[in-house]
Amino acid sequence: MKAKVTGKVISQSCIAPGIYDLRIETDLAQDAHAGQFVGVFTKDASTLLPRPISICGVSDDKKSIRLVYRVAGKGTDEFSGLEEGDEVKLLGVLGNGYDIEKLSSIRTSAPSRVLLLGGGIGIPPMLQLARELSAAGVKVISVMGYRDDRTFLLDEFTAYSDTYVATEDGSLGTKGNVLDAVRENGIEFDCICACGPMPMLRAIKTFAGEKKAFISLEERMACGVGACLGCVVKTGEVNHHSHVNNARICTDGPVFEASEVEI
Amino acid sequence: MMKTEVNIAGVTFKNPVMEGSGTFGSGMEYSEFVDLNRLGAVVTKGVANVPWPGNPTPRVCEVYGGMLNAIGLQNPGIEVFCERDLPFLAKYDTRVIVNVCGRSVEDYVEVAERLSGEDRVDMLEINVSCPNVKEGAIAFGTDRKCLENITKEIKAHTKKPVIMKLTPNVTSIAEMAMAAESGGADAISLINTITGMKIDIERRRFALANKTGGMSGPAIKPIAVRMVYQASHAVKIPVIGMGGIATGEDAIEFMMAGATAVSVGMMNFVNPYATTDCIKGIEDYMTRHGIEDINEIIGCV
Repeated sequence: MKAKVTGKVISQSCIAPGIYDLRIETDLAQDAHAGQFVGVFTKDASTLLPRPISICGVSDDKKSIRLVYRVAGKGTDEFSGLEEGDEVKLLGVLGNGYDIEKLSSIRTSAPSRVLLLGGGIGIPPMLQLARELSAAGVKVISVMGYRDDRTFLLDEFTAYSDTYVATEDGSLGTKGNVLDAVRENGIEFDCICACGPMPMLRAIKTFAGEKKAFISLEERMACGVGACLGCVVKTGEVNHHSHVNNARICTDGPVFEASEVEI
Repeated sequence: MMKTEVNIAGVTFKNPVMEGSGTFGSGMEYSEFVDLNRLGAVVTKGVANVPWPGNPTPRVCEVYGGMLNAIGLQNPGIEVFCERDLPFLAKYDTRVIVNVCGRSVEDYVEVAERLSGEDRVDMLEINVSCPNVKEGAIAFGTDRKCLENITKEIKAHTKKPVIMKLTPNVTSIAEMAMAAESGGADAISLINTITGMKIDIERRRFALANKTGGMSGPAIKPIAVRMVYQASHAVKIPVIGMGGIATGEDAIEFMMAGATAVSVGMMNFVNPYATTDCIKGIEDYMTRHGIEDINEIIGCV
């Protein structure tokens, strides 16, 4: 059940330049899964629309969610000032998320090997995915790409996966992007899950070839619930809901099989 | 006993609160948040004779106190609408107003005729005011003669009451309201969005792929109230008012300006309970002011 609710800030910290780690106590945590997102509202009435932010973590007791986001404008700048005890309005839980069962079943031999690729602010949703996949008995390999050695969340991936890193400036791990790191380390896998900037997702779609790749997309959103048709992506086939070659990122996605979308 | 019922062209609505076409799909998405039985009516997303893919992205962006959209009337076409959306709406005890869009007079007429036999449809709202599609749509809504003619054509092809939805992007809203009335419209609704533009100065690019978009939200409310006032005083047919409505107080303001009913648009995105909150707000206002019949306040200023 989707709802607009009031959450309570448990904690917030700055974990890298411009990157914030926000934990919120909310009933929405009950049904929250990897790949899904929430809409976060500002208090400033001049910025009305909810900011879509992916779920980085769900607490074990299912009472709180963790959002790791980058300050990108007025709305997220306001969020960065939230402190313990503050109230924050949330719309959620939104989007389809990753299908853990399906990912567990794509394999050449047991257990299935899922390669997680995260780039920049696309990294946070991969952490909850690593956790859920690992709990499901899947072999997880994480390759995370950063601009430089000011990384975030990286050490947390090691609890659930074999973890590799790529940096644009070569200051840590492989010099280059996540795919350079996959090639350099000769990583083998059954399927890919990825979130990151569009050029990275395009490269992954090509790289995946015959293998399945599930990518998490981002677009300017308004309603977040599939009504306004603001956030669409072109699809190869006619979409079952829209009856045109468009799918709604907020509800049909944000996770899509790469071969189904034209990016 | 408080009376919130209003009447438009012989159709009674349990209360004057609807939602603005395009902000609510066909009700399905928001039925997770609000009980559609509570609403005066569900106004559907614009539907054309064939599926429309809409505009490229980005289609939406935020502006101060509102947003711009250039969706481009993406819709699955009338056949899917009749097979999927109408049966869904039939489950609810609310009025159904189908918003109709087209690129030519023939397009509109085809949809109007197709819906004539659908019992579940109470009224048609004709979108001659979308600023985001190249042909048709707004071209019909900005020229007096064109508006009168297309109203006549549609009226000649349907027995359903017809609401003409007007654009604010005209010099005189009163003249356009009169043109719709003389074409035989049973009611008018306004305002559709106001054409706007946003430029991303960091990237030196338009914020919307379509360059321009329609502005909606609380920032446009005073313009909408003024136009509802001017239009309702220029014609005898009922007016459905909209533009930035968020609360019961906003709804009351539009009704005092001359609207018989109101629509909640963009604010559904901000508060998915905005429609039912509006209904509660109207009732609270009536209680506070000892108003027995909501019709008393229509055009009272």
